[in-house]
Amino acid sequence: MSLGRWFEARDIKSMSPAAKLLTYLALGTWTVVVLFPLYWVAITSLKQPIQVSDGPYYLPFVDFQPTLDAWRYILVDTGDATLRPYLNSILIAGISTVFAVLVGALAAYSLVRVRQGVKLGSILAFVAIAAGITASTAALGTPLWATLAVGLALLALFVSTVAPRLKRAVGNNDILFWIVSNRIMPPVVSVLPIYVMFQRAGLLDTSVALIATYVAVNIPIVVWLMRDFFAGVPIDLEESAEIDGASKLRIFWTIVLPLTKNGLVATTLLVFILSWNEYLLALFLSTANTQTMPLLIAAQNATRGPQWWTMSALILLMIAPVVALTVTLQKQIARGLLVGAVKG
Amino acid sequence: MAVDAPSPTDARPSAAGGLLARWGEQFDSRASRLMVLPAVLILLVFSIFPLIASGWLALSSFSLGSDGVELKFVGWRNFRKLLTGSQQDHFLGLWSGIGIAGWVLLALAAAMLARWLWRARGSSAIGLAGRLVTAAFVLGVLALLAGTIGGDGAPGSLGTTLIYVIAGVSLQFALGLGLALLCAQPVRGKSFFRVVFFIPLMVTPVGIAYIFRMLADMSKGPLAPLWYAAGLGDFAWAADPWAARWVVILADTWQWVPFMFLVLLAAVENQPAEQVEAARLDGAGGWEVFRDVTWPAIAPVAATVVLIRLIEAFKIVDLPNVLTNGGPGIATESMTLHSFIAWRTQQLGESAAVGYLLLFVAVIGCSAFFNLVASRSRAHEREAV
Repeated sequence: MSLGRWFEARDIKSMSPAAKLLTYLALGTWTVVVLFPLYWVAITSLKQPIQVSDGPYYLPFVDFQPTLDAWRYILVDTGDATLRPYLNSILIAGISTVFAVLVGALAAYSLVRVRQGVKLGSILAFVAIAAGITASTAALGTPLWATLAVGLALLALFVSTVAPRLKRAVGNNDILFWIVSNRIMPPVVSVLPIYVMFQRAGLLDTSVALIATYVAVNIPIVVWLMRDFFAGVPIDLEESAEIDGASKLRIFWTIVLPLTKNGLVATTLLVFILSWNEYLLALFLSTANTQTMPLLIAAQNATRGPQWWTMSALILLMIAPVVALTVTLQKQIARGLLVGAVKG
Repeated sequence: MAVDAPSPTDARPSAAGGLLARWGEQFDSRASRLMVLPAVLILLVFSIFPLIASGWLALSSFSLGSDGVELKFVGWRNFRKLLTGSQQDHFLGLWSGIGIAGWVLLALAAAMLARWLWRARGSSAIGLAGRLVTAAFVLGVLALLAGTIGGDGAPGSLGTTLIYVIAGVSLQFALGLGLALLCAQPVRGKSFFRVVFFIPLMVTPVGIAYIFRMLADMSKGPLAPLWYAAGLGDFAWAADPWAARWVVILADTWQWVPFMFLVLLAAVENQPAEQVEAARLDGAGGWEVFRDVTWPAIAPVAATVVLIRLIEAFKIVDLPNVLTNGGPGIATESMTLHSFIAWRTQQLGESAAVGYLLLFVAVIGCSAFFNLVASRSRAHEREAV
């Protein structure tokens, strides 16, 4: 066989042997890059302190005798201290994901299918009234509930009488852009006032505070992704259901959502991962009661230097459910991503 | 009165029923418009209101008085402190002057921006103003980086954040695109690669920071033999500004390549297969196929993923906080971390001011990318269609 063979493909659809070799080599290298850190975490969780501080040992049973000490420590000895953040994380990430996806999907759907026709004047009136409420509570010291009531009444009056006569309306795309642009705001900008808000309400260090905040930061993502999926649903289906007398909400629930299942699954998983791993907001808004897993892992560095072995076990414990979810839902995610990607 | 000439109102069964039906319709049309309301309300309470309150905080000084918290309006003092005052080194960095290479780079960038502005001379006043701001911002950023990197200068938290964003996102995009192109070829085990490559995205950044601290341990970590062989056994990366920054960037890259990879793979697999085949039959090589068929097909998606990634990249905090604690000195301190540290030391005004400056940089940075790169790739798509 001549050398040239190596660089020639057999036919138009396949690769030359050399290209094939290089491709597998590159993909294999990246597989190692991805998996080796995780392997290192896994074996570190089986090491004793001395085996970590004594220098690199690579192979359990060959290099060092593995032990379940770290696992026993986090699961049995300090089981409660692990279980509580774990349950907190599941609860907070789970509930906030459900709410964010629900609220975001509703908004995305109505932005795709219903002309909102909000008048520019109504928005200006809202801003003016909000400024008035703030000014009168801050400067004149009127009670908040009273100004709120007056403000809401004024707004209702404006919307029902003046607004219908106004011409300039805000398009759905403007509303969409506004919702999505909220994601650009770094959480560190909004977290101080949110902190004070929850402190005033006595909700600091409760799961309510974290759930509400996570819902708010994830709504823009849901709206952005789900909008494309909803726009892909053929409108004929919805129109015929509408002729049959179904309400928009019913159409959304029984026709549109099932049709966009893949996109819904991919979006839900992404939002869940983001909430599950979130660190900065949790750092501000929770202390002891609602400590989440990222905070627990960060806390392994506290008093006696980094506890690499328990930390590794905790990291694995934290990755496990998300990896399981992703592998199970792999097909839907791939399909969901395809639609999202194609729409751009 | 003609009996068999029904008036339009007769279509409704009765007056009362008509009213009910009309109310029902009204409610339905309102309800479908109200579907967007929960999202808007939540964003108003947890995003817009905090944004405004934070702006007020950035203009005040905060102190613990005898009766609890005390806020005093101080105008632009917090911002002045960061931009020209005592915190200038911390935020903008230590200026060392621009070298020859820096000037060449700046001149090149200025020429390209001038060409870009000249091309758009016919657009509206607002568009022109936006372009001018974009151009000024890009030049300012480049001048800041050129003046603080190298020599005896040191970038502040602004420069460090920009280094993370620019180096990190470019590296992630290049690797993600490369892997996606490789994986889109007829290889076996595609779904295996897809699942494995996805994993880093699921690991919490705090965990990644610790994992990379273990891996980067040059005397006890898994790569220790390599470091010793290279004669770097007693090199402490945590004490070297650039080494520490690179560890942060690499950890960030490890986490975010999967995102780029997955979306770009979906886009590459969706490119028109007939065109690829036709090009191959015409004798086009791999590079020509990529340049003429694949890239035009995936450019809009590529612009979108980079934009998404840019938006998130400006917020980086977990990695430097856990990996290096912002050190050595402030070498790896991102703007969010700067703001967080200011908050922890009860300098709420400075914290909010840094946050606001980050918002400003992120908004202009993302829109500059959108104007300079993303919109062009979309225009290209429109022409193609």
